Amino acid sequence: MRFEWTVALRFLREGRMQTALIIGGATIGVGLIVLITGLINGLQGDLIRRTLGTLPHIVVRPPDEINRTQLAPAQADMSTASLGAPSADGASAAQPSISNIQSKVEAHANAQGKVEALANTQSRAQRLRSIDQWQQLAAQVAATPGVVAVSPNVSGAALALRGEADKAVNLQGVEPAPFLRVTKFDEKITAGAFQLNTGDIVIGTQLAKDLGVGVGDKIRIQTARNAGDAFAVRGLFDAGNRDANRRNVYVNFRTGQSLLDLAGGASNIDISIEDVFRAEEVAKALRQRTDQQVESWIETSSQLFVAISNQTFFTRLIRIFVAVIVAVGITSVLVVSVVQKQKEIGILRAMGAARGAILRVFLLQGAVIGLAGAILGSGFGTLLMAFISRVFKSPDGSAFLRLQIAPELYAAAVGVSLVFGVLAAIMPARRAASLDPAQAIRI
Amino acid sequence: MSQPILALKGVRKTYNAGTDVAQEVLHGIDLELQSGEFVALIGPSGSGKSTLLNIIGLLEPATSGSYRLDGREVTQLSEDEMTRARLETLGFVFQFHHLLPAFSALENVQIPGLMRDGSYTPERRVEALRLLDAVGLKGAEQKKPAQLSGGMQQRVAIARALALSPKLVLADEPTGNLDTKTADDIFALLRRFNQERGTALLVVTHDADLAARCDRIVRLVDGVIAEDKLVHAGTEAA
Repeated sequence: MRFEWTVALRFLREGRMQTALIIGGATIGVGLIVLITGLINGLQGDLIRRTLGTLPHIVVRPPDEINRTQLAPAQADMSTASLGAPSADGASAAQPSISNIQSKVEAHANAQGKVEALANTQSRAQRLRSIDQWQQLAAQVAATPGVVAVSPNVSGAALALRGEADKAVNLQGVEPAPFLRVTKFDEKITAGAFQLNTGDIVIGTQLAKDLGVGVGDKIRIQTARNAGDAFAVRGLFDAGNRDANRRNVYVNFRTGQSLLDLAGGASNIDISIEDVFRAEEVAKALRQRTDQQVESWIETSSQLFVAISNQTFFTRLIRIFVAVIVAVGITSVLVVSVVQKQKEIGILRAMGAARGAILRVFLLQGAVIGLAGAILGSGFGTLLMAFISRVFKSPDGSAFLRLQIAPELYAAAVGVSLVFGVLAAIMPARRAASLDPAQAIRI
Repeated sequence: MSQPILALKGVRKTYNAGTDVAQEVLHGIDLELQSGEFVALIGPSGSGKSTLLNIIGLLEPATSGSYRLDGREVTQLSEDEMTRARLETLGFVFQFHHLLPAFSALENVQIPGLMRDGSYTPERRVEALRLLDAVGLKGAEQKKPAQLSGGMQQRVAIARALALSPKLVLADEPTGNLDTKTADDIFALLRRFNQERGTALLVVTHDADLAARCDRIVRLVDGVIAEDKLVHAGTEAA
């Protein structure tokens, strides 16, 4: 390979302007790819941190209670079928709603064969229940590959009261340690601390404002099943979302259990995972192990996911096009170089350079251009990122783009650029190798 | 003498074979060259000299006939085997010297070794310096071809052709674009290497005077060997 290297480098050095221009082109291309990737990763990371930061990536809940399907025989009388459809199940049975009645009317109007549909349209009100054997399930979940933290908790509707004011809230009973591991909620605390002993509560800044309380003040929490108790506000949080700041309140797991009348139970298991984009895969794996409901953020925040996926897709498209443009540039420069160097190639061939050697001479040139472009481009892209992170600021004054020096990004840039450089050189290299030495010399 | 370095038998070359414009340019060439022979190949333009030289140089295949180079039949060799044979058995000197402009004189002479061995060895370097010295280019080793005169470039080309001590050197009009004095020097140089190293030389030339200074003259006319005569040392001056 020494011969090939020597000739390849010498050819590149000889074509000074040409080489400088194409390496410059590759540098700009790679720099652009590094910048776009860093930018989008930074923005998406930020977006995910802000929106998913306080949300679990996957939630396990008890399955919805469903009516046992009562299939009326097709030839049965319609009125019997409609009466029999809602299964009488004590207090939690559904009251016939307007939509129920409408669907009955529709069903009646339709043919008799639609009885089945009727039976299925009536869903039941979902009461707050515990996950069966949640301790065992939580342990199982924790052992699932990709799962980082597991936090069982209870959540349900409650009222927060102070003096004349009462606010509807979403009461969450959590074990502080695992909960913080799942949500990193402590980062959102603006006053006090995320401290939840018995009798402690952490509320959002908006609720604190609505009730006129601060850290150390007391508020009363009441639920439909429990007359409630007074709680000392230990911390205020700003989840970056006014609704969450107004609605969510956090108490100790046990306190939550007793307030929501779920002694020893857990209404959901919150899970955080390593790679948020694999939430659906992990959820699928969990679904196979349990008959509980498993929801990933990808399902519940599908719009966010779609937005992020689209962004990722278009970024990838842009990167591919930039890489292809650079590759085409390399190809055209090498094609010109082959034409310019026909005579030299002919001499080398006549002197005894094998076709393979000539092929490698040009592939190496592509590789060298790709590599040089990758190294210079990585530096160029990083400079651009540094510039942007210094100049452009978010509304809150923080850097709009955090400068991320991700080694894998640079490794990928070098790898891809090298591969594209060699691929770009294939056509000119083959052309050079197939030159007829007898003819090339005569030129 | 043992076996000939070169033996052609009934070599024919047809261009565009199988088409309406097929044209046979060599009509059965029989030619033998002994090791150490210094042979001039002469003939008018269009007589097939270049084609014959290309076939002998393994740069293009004969259409039919047999060609033994250094005792080995080479007509059936693959492209890569021919390339290898060129590197190991032959040396080339072209009319327009054809040096690599990006490399210094010394590097140009070292390239065949680099090609064959895959590295610059100190021995090859010494040999290359010695060759450059022998062609009278001591002190110009690091110069690029563009910095050398035509005659000097041709000297580098001769040193390069001899770098791997080939058994046969093919020279296509090696003095064609040089002035008489320089042409004379170059020819003398070829002659010296022929005598000192025993390298066989096949020199294509237009110059009857130069041809007369070879051991043997082969005249090609219209694709056939019209004359093949030995030059007697005593008659050179005549």
